[in-house]
Amino acid sequence: MTLLEVRNVTKRFGSFTAVDDVNITIKTGEFFTLLGPSGCGKTTLLRMIAGFDAPDNGQILLDNKDIIDLPPEKRPFHTVFQSYALFSHMTVADNIGFPLKMSGKTSREIKIRVAETLSEVELSSFSHRYPHELSGGQKQRVAFARGLINQPRLLLLDEPLGALDEKLRENMQRELISLQAKANVTFIYVTHAQNEALALSHRIAVMNQGKIEQIDEPSRIYNFPINRFVADFIGKINMLDAQVIEASGYHLKLKVTGLGEVMAPVREHVKIGDQGILAIRPEQVRIDPLGSEVAAKFQLVGKIKDFLYIGDVTTYLIELPNSIRIEALQPNSFPGHAKLFEIGDPVVVSWQEHSAQFLPD
Amino acid sequence: MPLRHFFLWIISLLVYAFLYIPLIIVVVFSFNDSKLNAEWAGFTFHWYKVLFNNHEMLLAARNSLIIAVSASILATILGTMAGLAIHRYQLKFLPFLAFTPVAMPEILLGVSLLLFFLQVLNLTLGMLSIIIAHTTFCIGFVTIIVRARLQGMDESIFEAARDLGATPWQTFRHITLPLIRSAIIAGALMSFTLSIDDFVITFFTKGVGEPILPIQIYTMIKVAVTPEVNAISTLLMLLTLTLIIIATRFDTSMLKGDSKQPR
Repeated sequence: MTLLEVRNVTKRFGSFTAVDDVNITIKTGEFFTLLGPSGCGKTTLLRMIAGFDAPDNGQILLDNKDIIDLPPEKRPFHTVFQSYALFSHMTVADNIGFPLKMSGKTSREIKIRVAETLSEVELSSFSHRYPHELSGGQKQRVAFARGLINQPRLLLLDEPLGALDEKLRENMQRELISLQAKANVTFIYVTHAQNEALALSHRIAVMNQGKIEQIDEPSRIYNFPINRFVADFIGKINMLDAQVIEASGYHLKLKVTGLGEVMAPVREHVKIGDQGILAIRPEQVRIDPLGSEVAAKFQLVGKIKDFLYIGDVTTYLIELPNSIRIEALQPNSFPGHAKLFEIGDPVVVSWQEHSAQFLPD
Repeated sequence: MPLRHFFLWIISLLVYAFLYIPLIIVVVFSFNDSKLNAEWAGFTFHWYKVLFNNHEMLLAARNSLIIAVSASILATILGTMAGLAIHRYQLKFLPFLAFTPVAMPEILLGVSLLLFFLQVLNLTLGMLSIIIAHTTFCIGFVTIIVRARLQGMDESIFEAARDLGATPWQTFRHITLPLIRSAIIAGALMSFTLSIDDFVITFFTKGVGEPILPIQIYTMIKVAVTPEVNAISTLLMLLTLTLIIIATRFDTSMLKGDSKQPR
């Protein structure tokens, strides 16, 4: 069921268009992420949904009713800020109870609900502490608890994990997923961290320069990026300049600069003569020692130019004919082996036809 | 000790001597059992008794208190509003308007207010004109303190309050006001001390009739510096000092950005 609809929303700051004719539909119970580099307009869009900024054009509909004219306090949405925005002069209990107090609940009810919520987020013993007496992770949990206690229709999260260190962030990601499932609240999550978006979301909208590039499930965003920007922004990818020379049935025949003819799966709206890139993820590129049996139809001979060992995996940089370079990712799953190849080793590079794709410009 | 340090010590000692020895002398001679401010003749509370029987002086003190309380309340309200407005809307022109009276020579303010009251407003000079005059020069001080407190404050807490269901008024009452309370109190105390001992602006805007404390003291010493003047000066000093100490206590908690509020 549709909860929120953003319809043709545009926001300009002077001559700069921060959000450019954006359309999004968010379903009840969804964990929806706005993902993009800084300055792409994702935070501006979130602020318009929260009611802090008004769009120049377009509508924002809740249950099919336009809410543009409602001030933030009248919208049944709560926000978790990047800075947490805890009230420094209030205790943890008063912070969490604030939304209930503002909605006119009795102090008895507030006390009971706050106690319940505190025990849910395991902060009962901290109820009389002030925010400056808490650790980063605890502040985070207070901010979430405060955002959820009055059961908003929508929880807006503005890079809430940005200030945490990496270990803690991974734990908080798990907590966030279970929190959302438990609270049964729709989330709109803003982040520039693509791995966070992939890990958390039901659907992701990739934004760039105020526009939405692609809206899809994480695995489809990763495996089937719609264009060069999305492919490049999400994860690592090899991009080779290519042109379509034949399109038939299920295949495209591409002329890849420096490598000659390469096959790729067909895609809609692509015709002969189109320029673009052949995109392939490093983990889809297979490398074998020269002379070994390789089943793949398409293979090239190259030389290991460099490698980057990061523990669980090693990224090899391979030089192909005509100075074309390609990256291949190899898991280090053989016990005792740090790496499988040395710099200068001749190798066979191959990939399955369907793991590469043509992205038109 | 290096020579340079030696000179620094000497200069510092001289500065503090010139600052505080006159004040100490005033306090000491207010307890002197002699009509002359020349030699110590023994300890007495006599001059304080004389002071508390001086009807004119008590009236002046009462008037000054009324003026200082009214002006500091008005200046605190208006100055807080100005500080909030400057901070929130990042206005370029308002700080200039609000802070100028702080830097303006008092004599200029006094003369211009006098002309304004008499020739533009056609106001009879008295308590009201003094209160208005004091309010105008105190606003700037309150504004500076309140604005300093707001600077560096996480802006998102005000949005967070709105977001969590508070109306603009509730946001002010529950979030903004408690967070700047220390600055408001410091500003109010500062205004009070500035107002109670102001001479120049009071002199120009007081008109005839109502005695005002600093003017009254001045009229007394025109005749002679009696120990009675020492006594009233001592009391005034005590009051001002107490308020300054309280104000700086609030002020330092403000400067440190201490998030825990004094209750």
